[in-house]
Amino acid sequence: MYVAVKGGEQAIDNAHLLLARDRRGNPAIPELSIDQIREQMTLAIARVMAEGSLYEPDLAALAVKQARGDLIEAIFLLRAFRTTLPRFGDCVPMETDGMSIRRRISAVFKDLPGGQILGPTFDYTHRLLDPELAIADDARPCPVVLNEGAEPVAAPHILQILDREGLVEAPLNGADAGVEEDLTRTPLDFPACRELRLQALARGDEGFLLALGYSTQRGYGRTHPFAGEIRIGEVELSFAPPELGFDVPLGAVTITECEMVNQFRGSETQAPKFTRGYGCVFGQSERKAMSMALVDRALRANELGESSGVPAQDEEFVLSHCDNVQATGFVEHLKLPHYVDFQAELALLRQLREDWSARRANKQSADNGAAEKQEEAAK
Amino acid sequence: MSDLPEYNFAYLDEQTKRMIRRAILKAIAIPGYQTPFASREMPMPYGWGTGGVQVTAAILGVDDVLKVIDQGSDDTTNAVSIRKFFARTAGVRTTTRTPDATIIQTRHRIPEAALGEHQVLVYQVPIPEPLRFLEPRETETRRMHALQDYGVMHVKLYEDIAEHGHIATAYAYPVKVDDRYVMDPSPTPKFDNPKMDQCPALQLFGAGREKRIYAIPPYTRVVSLDFEDHPFERTRIPASCSLCNSTTVFLDEVVTDDQGGRAFMCSDTDFCEQTRSSTGAKS
Repeated sequence: MYVAVKGGEQAIDNAHLLLARDRRGNPAIPELSIDQIREQMTLAIARVMAEGSLYEPDLAALAVKQARGDLIEAIFLLRAFRTTLPRFGDCVPMETDGMSIRRRISAVFKDLPGGQILGPTFDYTHRLLDPELAIADDARPCPVVLNEGAEPVAAPHILQILDREGLVEAPLNGADAGVEEDLTRTPLDFPACRELRLQALARGDEGFLLALGYSTQRGYGRTHPFAGEIRIGEVELSFAPPELGFDVPLGAVTITECEMVNQFRGSETQAPKFTRGYGCVFGQSERKAMSMALVDRALRANELGESSGVPAQDEEFVLSHCDNVQATGFVEHLKLPHYVDFQAELALLRQLREDWSARRANKQSADNGAAEKQEEAAK
Repeated sequence: MSDLPEYNFAYLDEQTKRMIRRAILKAIAIPGYQTPFASREMPMPYGWGTGGVQVTAAILGVDDVLKVIDQGSDDTTNAVSIRKFFARTAGVRTTTRTPDATIIQTRHRIPEAALGEHQVLVYQVPIPEPLRFLEPRETETRRMHALQDYGVMHVKLYEDIAEHGHIATAYAYPVKVDDRYVMDPSPTPKFDNPKMDQCPALQLFGAGREKRIYAIPPYTRVVSLDFEDHPFERTRIPASCSLCNSTTVFLDEVVTDDQGGRAFMCSDTDFCEQTRSSTGAKS
């Protein structure tokens, strides 16, 4: 007869061996190097670093390789490593004004100080598969970019221009806000302040935020957004050790920043003005930064007195479900054995069905009895 | 440990363990109250026992003997995986014998053998909030607990009785702890609920994804919610274990063929083995 299966340990070991074999694929094909992944899969690396909340391209590349290209798995690997790292302090709030710009566009002004800089974008490519790329060719010359090496531009934030007229609300200033809380070190409590919401969105799932941002455009919490500015480039980070009293540069990170400018019709206490939605992520990811800005603005519905109960405006709904490492874990935990619960449900279901049949039988005999009485009365 | 020099004893760093221990102490001081804690990302997925693992990591000492069960069994894959994790990162002794363990981490069951004062039972909890499926908002449920506003739960149980003639909850059956907090016992079958009452062992509950820890101190009153005219009833499975013949334990139903054949056996595999070795029943 069937005996409860033993040998879980051996099964797990074998599964790991199979996984390692499949990860490698056909051994006749050269193995991917971390360098190759880091250099040629940059946008995958960017996503893993952003949602993994750890800026380390080499480790992100390793995670992508180890995860067989499953980016959420790679994000998970990076998170599980990040959580073990000691914290020695907070960096000085970064100044994105001083970004060395690779791309910077505005959809609200035709021309502006610093200019429109397209940078490395898919935007105007025709999405035609390129047969040339199908052949790996080390001899292919590296594309030469015109005008590269021109003087770096000074590019103030575009919304500052509106700001001078008082048409747009003041930006959220990280330095002033003095947010001590770190989402990864304190449990999230509701209602959350905007700074904490932004922390959660910055590491939130790109697809989830994309869908939520999209829903606001389709009428589920409309925010009338304009892409005030999107900029991508390197920003220097520094740390001010209290014992030194001055800033020590730590290095630079590539970030994508998006400022949405949104209509606001005013309320009893506030004059009509433009409001802001803010997005900022590691690496080059406009889709994520823009979605984040849309959702950030939607989540301010309460503060601005425009709440209508749609998903993108619902802080608990958005923040409780935007983390893909949490989401994937809980969805996939349904794979774990549930025999005990299922057994308890089986017993309950059998009892419910017995009761149901008994009630039905009772009702039928009662109905029959009533029908007979009626017949008798009719006679 | 020599092959893992980069990780601390039981994986978590000491600062994190201290944070978790403080949450545990608070949880013990307020029986049944869901204490928020800064749950860490663990090297296993959320929903796979990260809360239990963090609690175990925080209380584990070098002299502890660890038992890990899932569905009552030591040999289910996730139990094996968690036991291996601690054997590797903490080098502690592990056991499958319930009386020999000082810490028992469990998912979905409470062992059949009575627990003692020297033991801690650590539950893995998916959704710590017993009111969650009646009220999805955390802000609301926290308020309801604060005010002991458990009306919706009683209405739900009453509606069950009105509709089905009895309370239609088979697992994760809500309890009241120390006459104060309504608590989710984790998805254990309600068969196990009476074992929580006046239990000599400390019971700790860890929910990693939801960032909550709660506790039942030793010898605490734990009452399964019911009504005077519809008292709580343990699930009875009218069968006996086909291996050890036990009838008073929770039995798993096993499909033996494709002709509708069924057999029952103990969910608690250690209990089954001990019963067989003491009675000489053949396996």
